[in-house]
Amino acid sequence: MDKKKIIKELIEIITPYVPEKELIDNIDESKELINDLHINSAHIVDIVLDVEEKYDIMIDDDAIGKMNTVGESVSMIMEKIKS
Amino acid sequence: MADRRVVITGLGVVASNGVGVKAFDEALKNGTSGIKKQQDMVDAQLRCQIGGIPEISDEYKQTYLPDLLVSKIKNHAVINGLLAGLEAWKYAGLPVDKDEVDNESGIIMGSGALGLDYTTSQKVQAVENGLSRKLGSFTIPESMSSGAGAFLNSLLGLGNRVLSNSSACSTGSEAVLLGYEHIASGKAERMLCGSTEGDGIYIWGGFDALRVLCADSNDEPTKGSRPISNSLGGFVPSSGAGALVLESLESAKKRGANILAEFKGGYVNSGGQRNGGSLTAPNFKAIISCIKNTLATSKIEPGQIDLISGHLTSTPNDVNEVKCWVESLGLEAAKFPFINTPKSMIGHSIAAAGSIELVACVLQLQNNYIHPNINCDTIHPELSDLLIREKVPSKTLYQEVNTLIKANFGFGDLNCCVVLQKWKG
Repeated sequence: MDKKKIIKELIEIITPYVPEKELIDNIDESKELINDLHINSAHIVDIVLDVEEKYDIMIDDDAIGKMNTVGESVSMIMEKIKS
Repeated sequence: MADRRVVITGLGVVASNGVGVKAFDEALKNGTSGIKKQQDMVDAQLRCQIGGIPEISDEYKQTYLPDLLVSKIKNHAVINGLLAGLEAWKYAGLPVDKDEVDNESGIIMGSGALGLDYTTSQKVQAVENGLSRKLGSFTIPESMSSGAGAFLNSLLGLGNRVLSNSSACSTGSEAVLLGYEHIASGKAERMLCGSTEGDGIYIWGGFDALRVLCADSNDEPTKGSRPISNSLGGFVPSSGAGALVLESLESAKKRGANILAEFKGGYVNSGGQRNGGSLTAPNFKAIISCIKNTLATSKIEPGQIDLISGHLTSTPNDVNEVKCWVESLGLEAAKFPFINTPKSMIGHSIAAAGSIELVACVLQLQNNYIHPNINCDTIHPELSDLLIREKVPSKTLYQEVNTLIKANFGFGDLNCCVVLQKWKG
């Protein structure tokens, strides 16, 4: 699947959880979900559920720990879609 | 130190006959019922198949809530409490600071069995199907008894006492009384007080099993709730939320707030589940004592009272309640105040009843009317010697109301009574 398409879709998924809309305008792959985008850590659980539903994949607890940035999350999604 | 004066500066409400203060005010004046047939009660074969559920549009939610909460929160008690609370805060003209904490303001948002809302069934199902990992982060805050208050404060950022009381059907009026006491004693300047209730068969099924719900009006829902009437058949369950901003008179004056009414005082007690009181029935001596103590602490004489907003659920206990009011006030029938309850229109909102009804009380003081007590064509025969027919209005009376007394009684033999007065500056 096209990486650009997944980035766009992931941004759509995380947007509701980002408290300040300006942060979404300046989003890029290097941004950390919690530290840069100020997403409440409890909502990482919700983002993972939304991602699982969107791509019909399963993200286990170890994988969640490796989804710190937007880029890492996209890589994780691509890896799980392939497998 | 003498207690400080406390006034009401904001109102918010979500009720089955009106969402928002303006709609609720109109519905009260028009005697509009919010009671409808409820399909989930029919499907579950409850004896009572009617209830009052507020109709909240997505647009209405979007005016108060951020998109995330609009899309994620499903628990109706949490939604109702959020909408009523935020409307009251805005009504009072109070600011919301994104960064700073307001340490002079707090929240008391009571609830009954918040986690028994209809939507909780989906969570239970998920767990039973081995899918607990799919519950999401909202499950706990959406089902804890303090959930509505917690979500409310995620938006308001208040740093004083934040509490969710739970005292059955007296929860709502007790929440407001607790807020009053906290301000009167100098511990806070402003308290956002209220209570909330969800809906559906997981709450109402238990009341149905107790045989306390109305089972004779499934084909005529708006006729089911008949407080004080000669056909007291059981209460009609409903959901919703009410909220009031209480504020020290100093604070209200300092910021030039629009003062809606003065909170004069109140009293809570329990009948101890003795002398006729039990888990589900009141000890009448305690009710009378609660009313008398309310008058004493509020420094009000019975003759000053223009209106009683009763608990009056449309069960046979209405007869005993009216007898308690008559004995407590000691007034002859001609001098007895008017008496009504919004329950005739919206049913019994259980934990939310007291706060929704207090919003109705403030509206009647502020806008000079006494709303009708619908579905009471004939007063109960045991009360016909105690109450003059005109004291239980069937149509809205447009006249000044200066002093009003309000009570709620709850399972566990709990009583709460408060006095409000018109604000004349």
